[in-house]
Amino acid sequence: MTKPKTLLDKIWERHEITINPAGQSLLFIDRHFCHELSFHAFNMLEKRKIRVRHPSRTIAVADHYTPTTGEKASDFKSSDRFELYNTLKKNALNHDLDFLGLGDQRRGIIHVIGPEQGFSLPGTIIVCGDSHTATHGALGALAFGIGASDVSHVLATQTLWQPKPKKMRVILKGSRPPYVSAKDIILSIICHIGAAGGTGHVIEYAGPIISSLSIEERLTVCNMSIEAGARAGMIAPDETTYNWIQGRPHAPKNDTWREALIAWTQLGTDEGAVFDKEHEIDGQLITPMVTWGTSPEDALPITGHVPDPLKETNIDKRANLERKLDYMGLKPGTSLEDITVDNVFIGSCTNSRIEDLREAAAVAKGRAACVRAIVVPGSGLIKKQAENEGLDRIFIEAGFDWRPAAGCSMCVGVNGDLVSPRQRCVSTSNRNFRGRQGPDARTHLTGPAMAAAAAVTGKLTDVRSLRRN
Amino acid sequence: MIPFKILKALAAPINQDNIDTDQILPARFLMMPRDQRYGTYLFRDLRQDNNGLKIPDFFLNQKKFAEAQIIVAGRNFGCGSSREGAVFTLVDSGFRSVIAPSFGDIFYNNSFNNGLLPVVLPETLVKKLQQFLINEATPEITIDLETQQVFCEATSLAKFDIDPHRRERLLKGLDMIDYTQQFREAINRYENDYLADKKWL
Ligand code: SF4
Repeated sequence: MTKPKTLLDKIWERHEITINPAGQSLLFIDRHFCHELSFHAFNMLEKRKIRVRHPSRTIAVADHYTPTTGEKASDFKSSDRFELYNTLKKNALNHDLDFLGLGDQRRGIIHVIGPEQGFSLPGTIIVCGDSHTATHGALGALAFGIGASDVSHVLATQTLWQPKPKKMRVILKGSRPPYVSAKDIILSIICHIGAAGGTGHVIEYAGPIISSLSIEERLTVCNMSIEAGARAGMIAPDETTYNWIQGRPHAPKNDTWREALIAWTQLGTDEGAVFDKEHEIDGQLITPMVTWGTSPEDALPITGHVPDPLKETNIDKRANLERKLDYMGLKPGTSLEDITVDNVFIGSCTNSRIEDLREAAAVAKGRAACVRAIVVPGSGLIKKQAENEGLDRIFIEAGFDWRPAAGCSMCVGVNGDLVSPRQRCVSTSNRNFRGRQGPDARTHLTGPAMAAAAAVTGKLTDVRSLRRN
Repeated sequence: MIPFKILKALAAPINQDNIDTDQILPARFLMMPRDQRYGTYLFRDLRQDNNGLKIPDFFLNQKKFAEAQIIVAGRNFGCGSSREGAVFTLVDSGFRSVIAPSFGDIFYNNSFNNGLLPVVLPETLVKKLQQFLINEATPEITIDLETQQVFCEATSLAKFDIDPHRRERLLKGLDMIDYTQQFREAINRYENDYLADKKWL
């Protein structure tokens, strides 16, 4: 009998072209995405007069610097942003890459549209010059972020040298309590293993709660693997996955669909396969979560209180905690539900899919936002679907700012959608780093329903109290 | 790429965990072409306040550390985004190495593409080293990549582990695309076989 293998082992072995004397594997890369900041990589190619080896394996998408107020050149917040967009377009045309630009309904955040278009598939290796590439692992792929030099290497050779990562499995046992979202699940996992807990590892999420998640929810979970320090996150493909992929534009069809299915059903981790690290988490204990600090591991149940540095005995940790609270403008011991907010952002590759918008709309419906709240769909197609379902009306009637164009927006603010200094923002994105949403901006991460709840109450709010009313 | 063999240089401590790439190079500077001076923006928001005034506590603003070429940092240095700009800005500011108990994986990987050596040492040693740097008038240390050791004054403080392939890349200043081109035949053979097997890709 052959040795039991994990999902990661199987994908890795099938993509190993060779191993060099130092033990690194040369991996074949199935899929690659470029965005506006890929200009470094294209410049590196240009310098050496190298062409892209497999243009059909790369898609170029404008998402980071694009405006969310419209799809026209005049919607850009500055001319240098528009220039960056044009550079991507020029590089894509020059190298015969499929380009998803302004006015194209398929355009949106890379980690939303890759799966949506069926370009990201089970059993593949997917890379992009963006850390949240981990998202695509939700379909049973090995997907990870790389830097500019590696992007140029992939464009030139369709390969990458990698040492084999360590394997971690996180098993969620039991069943999911009501009003607990996929975001709460991943924030709880990060809290449990720490922001560096996954360093050097690829995490496979498993167990009954994970199997019961929709693909949208699995994408949210895998998205934040990087916030747990991991290189990638993945979930074995199953019926839910196949049903979700079938019929998408780049998905295999007819005979090749049947062949693909046979291959995909063999990808799952074998019984008895060994992981370097395993964590078991009792799903019953997961509650709606919110972050209070400047690292994603600084998360607590919404019923909690701002931690007190005086209770910390380690002086380094205490100083660290004081710095965080100072940055966040929070007093020790404050009940999280007493923290007032100035902005709400619903969007990003973590929570901008149709299910996220439905969740937020269910809370917003019939209520009124009392702070600035913006909703940015993850792709043009999601926007269209949301409008078909009337979600846009619900948001608009509740005083939310429904943005007509998809993109990264206030997640990182480089398109100009910024949080002002010292303002507080409840955000459905994935990073609460200092300055992430703008200089001195204070970010609290939550799921979409909690973000909508904060918009209508003006403070961090336990969504359970609102939904039960 | 400049090869990395032995580095004897001033080192500066950052006694904080989770220094993320947004702190190393804030996102608003990512649009810059590579030939502009990335070094100017290193730790921009830790170094200067909102009014552009220097924050005196920050290590790079202290005279003793102004010429440092090595950073000795806390756990999970370079976590966060994949931006290679975080490495560009360190390298352009004259840094050749970062020592920490752990690194963000992508940052770690990007370092080797730019001749920056990330050294992983146990947290207790990192703390000891940071204290040494604070106490010394001339906080100098030596990193020898060939023998994989860090020296404080003349004594070896620790040996460090590093993937042999990455070590060789730095020692030789190897260009990765050139290196991979040597495997062209293996890549061609692989592709023919793989694509015949997986027609949907
Ligand atoms: S939405 Fe945010 S995290 Fe996701 S790719 Fe865009 S900037 Fe990065």
